[in-house]
Amino acid sequence: MSVFVDDDTRVVVQGITGGEGGFHAEQMIEYGTNVVAGAVPGKGGQEAAGVPVYDTVSAAAAAEDADASVIFVPPAFAADAIFEALDADLDLAVAITEGIPTQDMAKVNRGLADTDTRLLGPNCPGIITPGEAKLGILPGNIFADGNVGLVSRSGTLTYQVVDNLTERGIGQTTAIGIGGDPIIGTSFVDALEAFENDPETEAVVMCGEIGGEDEEQAARFVRDHMDTPVTGFIAGRTAPPGKRMGHAGAIVSGSGTGTAASKIEALNDAGVPVGDTPEEVADHVERIL
Amino acid sequence: MKLHEHQAKSIFADAGIPVPESRLASTVEEALAAVDEIGYPAAIKAQVHVGGRGKAGGIEIATDREEAADYAEAILGMDLKGYTVEEVLVESGVDFVDELYVGVTMDRGAGEPVLMVSTEGGVDIEEVAETTPDAIAREHVDPAFGLHPYQARKVVYEAGVDGDVALEVASILSTLYELYESNDASEIEVNPVMITSDRDVVAADAVMNVDEDALFRQPDLADLAEASYEDDLERKAGEYGFDYVRLSGNVGIIGNGAGLVMTTLDLVDHYGGEPANFLDIGGGAKAERVANALDMVFADPNVDSVVFNIFGGITRGDEVAKGINEALGQFEEIPKPVVVRLAGTNAEEGMAILNTDLIEVEETLEAAVQRAVADAAEVTQ
Repeated sequence: MSVFVDDDTRVVVQGITGGEGGFHAEQMIEYGTNVVAGAVPGKGGQEAAGVPVYDTVSAAAAAEDADASVIFVPPAFAADAIFEALDADLDLAVAITEGIPTQDMAKVNRGLADTDTRLLGPNCPGIITPGEAKLGILPGNIFADGNVGLVSRSGTLTYQVVDNLTERGIGQTTAIGIGGDPIIGTSFVDALEAFENDPETEAVVMCGEIGGEDEEQAARFVRDHMDTPVTGFIAGRTAPPGKRMGHAGAIVSGSGTGTAASKIEALNDAGVPVGDTPEEVADHVERIL
Repeated sequence: MKLHEHQAKSIFADAGIPVPESRLASTVEEALAAVDEIGYPAAIKAQVHVGGRGKAGGIEIATDREEAADYAEAILGMDLKGYTVEEVLVESGVDFVDELYVGVTMDRGAGEPVLMVSTEGGVDIEEVAETTPDAIAREHVDPAFGLHPYQARKVVYEAGVDGDVALEVASILSTLYELYESNDASEIEVNPVMITSDRDVVAADAVMNVDEDALFRQPDLADLAEASYEDDLERKAGEYGFDYVRLSGNVGIIGNGAGLVMTTLDLVDHYGGEPANFLDIGGGAKAERVANALDMVFADPNVDSVVFNIFGGITRGDEVAKGINEALGQFEEIPKPVVVRLAGTNAEEGMAILNTDLIEVEETLEAAVQRAVADAAEVTQ
């Protein structure tokens, strides 16, 4: 079992003729993902990464029976690409693109209210169900099949934590990068709910960071709705207020909301242990299992 | 990206929002020439990217020429929360009877812009939000429709703004929302909007922050950003295209990916050191990019040691290692101890070819950080 993606997922790559899109489409295929088509305006009829390219996502989905897309489209055009994925009625759209203007994402967020499509990201590494499917840019070789669900706002931090788990022989059901932007499609709560409902997931790791209140909401969800044990990590304890730490969403506002301290406290109050280091997170998971 | 008050006010004025008459001055002489034209009372206001300027002594009201000279002298060149004041805005004083707060910002949780109005203007609005949250009226805007004019009126009336000026305040708020959209602002705030004894409405302050991710379609604002770096190292980081934040410690940090770099900072602190900076070199690790990152961190005189942590995802560790070797080869002497840790794809191959004559190597993030902290402690002894 797994959440959101498995070996039946059929994937369209939006932007497959670009450098990033082409490279990662090949990597996904090499991992065993069912990449069935590409979608690039004006490039219909061509072939890229060994799959047919269509002019629109709808055409690609209809012809190849696709139910998911991965978006490698530059920031200026990315919101439009997401809307196109919503219009094609896919089950899942994964937006890798970093740097989409926030006001564009507010419109996308509004569009999501009118569809059943799940958006992951933007500014995320994607999602992987080890041994079955990888949608995004995650390095497949560090993951292993197992019983821990992982959800994170950050790419390389996910890799670090997964590496610590895999090295100890602890595999993953699914690892989900939800993205580091202020406005994202799938939240911690959405991911936690999916893991709670997945019988194979025996423990969940959530890696948060400063900014916003998603981690606090997640803590309340764990307290009120979850039986599956959760362990956490929060990056940005030493971040000064008012400075954007790389991710557009990672900023402690002047009023002190979004601090690591408030998130750690909320998680601890919900019975979620928070590791001081990635190694400590792995210690906690080992203890739970 | 933050605009200065005078920059935001000029955008407001162009859009038809009433602002006090003002001049920008960078010397005492220019400030005096400005007050001579504007008259008294005149506000002398430091133009720096920090909040709470008034409390910190960065805003004074001069009632005559002597005071104006004294205040301009005192404020120009002063250090305001770490920023040197290079310019002051000399502004006609407003005789007000009431002060309001109005603002537009993105509500992250709701994923929608929100209008905010309060009659508790002129004070720290974050304090108001904390102590008396009901004193701020809010109205969310559906991004699919944009602002309906009635929404601006509704929130102004809900805030309890006096009837005779309410429509004027609502009109300013509507204009601010238009500016918020058209400039890709992340935040626009006027605190205070002053109500004069003649019942005129004036924007006495102006805050406008712009979404850095939207600067590609805001060329005029992007030019202002380039001119606004307060710190030479931050300017350099901008030129190199790095995400960089300077901090006060002595352990320099270079890594890839915001979350992992933040974690590295936290670990430096956890193991008893103090981080000197946040530097995310992003994807790829070509020699030039690695060299630029090292150049940045070495250029910070506070830095005593450096931890260089790369988790290669799609980027291969052996390529990163080649980049590091090549980059270090460009320095005649490595000025500060550098600890490198590579993980992920082809990390072992990478670690094997790193030139350990020039750098220290550790296998885990924890060990690398501890070593860099120890190196820094040795230097400061």
